[in-house]
Amino acid sequence: MQAFSLLQPGSADAALAAARAPGTKYIAGGTDLMQLMKDNVEAPTRLVDLDGVGLSGIEIAGGGLRLEAMARMSDVAAHPAVREGWPVIAEALLASASPQVRNMGTIGGNLLQRTRCGYFRDTGFACNKREPGSGCPAIRGESRMLAILGGSDSCIATHASDLAVALMALDATLELRSADGGTRQVPIGEFYRLPGDTPQTETVLAPGEMIAAVTVADSPAARRSHYLKVRDRASFEFALVSAAVAVETSGGAVQDIRVAAGGVGARPWRLAEVEAALGGAALDDAVLRDAAARAGTDARTTRQNQFKVTLLRRTVLRALQTVSV
Amino acid sequence: MEPSITRRVLMTGTAGSLVLRPGSGHADDTTPAATVGAAEQADATNTVLHVNGGPVTLTIEPRTSLLDALREHAGLMGTKKGCDRGACGACTVHIDGRRVLSCLTLAARCQGKAITTIEGLAGSDELHPVQAAFLHHDGFQCGYCTPGQIMSAAALIQEGHTGSDGEIREWMSGNICRCGAYPNIVAAIRDAMQEG
Repeated sequence: MQAFSLLQPGSADAALAAARAPGTKYIAGGTDLMQLMKDNVEAPTRLVDLDGVGLSGIEIAGGGLRLEAMARMSDVAAHPAVREGWPVIAEALLASASPQVRNMGTIGGNLLQRTRCGYFRDTGFACNKREPGSGCPAIRGESRMLAILGGSDSCIATHASDLAVALMALDATLELRSADGGTRQVPIGEFYRLPGDTPQTETVLAPGEMIAAVTVADSPAARRSHYLKVRDRASFEFALVSAAVAVETSGGAVQDIRVAAGGVGARPWRLAEVEAALGGAALDDAVLRDAAARAGTDARTTRQNQFKVTLLRRTVLRALQTVSV
Repeated sequence: MEPSITRRVLMTGTAGSLVLRPGSGHADDTTPAATVGAAEQADATNTVLHVNGGPVTLTIEPRTSLLDALREHAGLMGTKKGCDRGACGACTVHIDGRRVLSCLTLAARCQGKAITTIEGLAGSDELHPVQAAFLHHDGFQCGYCTPGQIMSAAALIQEGHTGSDGEIREWMSGNICRCGAYPNIVAAIRDAMQEG
């Protein structure tokens, strides 16, 4: 790991001011950044420790949920109100990483984790995301875990966060703060950028800007929501495919339906085509099967990851069946 | 008669680093929290950590992980380095009562926090109930992952995730055993939970 200096500010304002300097990065839970620094994928000259800035609240107010960025994954997952009102969030968090990592990892940090693409994390290889213009060995290489939706000729890395998939399904809003004192609200659907020919730019965050909080509305669909994660081993593994679903019915017909998928997209992926097939429909098995079969019709696959198209449809179907009972 | 030298003494002696055990360092009565300010730390600095109930003063850089601080600076070799990337759980310790990975933790960020390692888990010369249960159930083969397994298991029991063997397995998933002693580890945890 390269040497760096460590600043431990006592407020978010002080942290924001400190982050203006070039070469500076925030460190929250550190579970991803420490790995990247050990492997020289990241080499900041200065770290701003966010432990002292507060911003760790979990609040239920104004008909919604507000998760501050430094709230720990384990605390949010165990919160009774979150489990009751937004089960897809609690389930996505509990399906993430390990108990130790969840005790360390934060909500903001989880949303900003970098891809698990092995080429990105190994400086012995080219990678357009790590070193723009150097090439993408993944497209013709080890691509089994990588994206089938939203990738480009420059990059087919997946976004690895489970939480982000749940938040996509619930149309969460991110509260971003910048050093000039400004705060802006960005829907999570507009937060992550597709790789295109600039895969190194992953979000709309400006330099020095931080995620301060995530807000999610209360809704009948959120209360009837679910996260299903399919992986190579039973626990402590990244998704091959995952699905976040939320549904509200009235008189037997779908009033509100949300379907998002993980492990398949260059960013957390909303499946609008599946949702469209379910609007106003009855939740019977034939309808669910027809809707799930529409997922991934525009997928762009490699020889190694083409299995994900079928797996995506089956995962979405199982998740929909679970909330339809 | 063979010279009385253990692997641990040999390793400590050859590590070439300043060794200060808990209680033998520059102990003072100031709270470690008072040293955490907005000052920027760049070079190796005297850093006070509270380990196993006592203060330890270590001269460490900002980039030193808690794992390396414990093993190579504080001489506490019980915490193991497996993957050093957060994937194996061998380095599990408790910070303020919660199980975390010391390899992914910067030691400089631990000032003012209570760190417990396998050496301090029992708090006395008696074995902790989880340690005794691992012995009784043979919850290891090579033993390298064992300190991390035990630290994780002790926390798991405190968290209350012991409702079934399946639940124990899920909540122990952050600790990998290359030898495959999992059935005995689960049995040990079930036993320690019932006795605790």
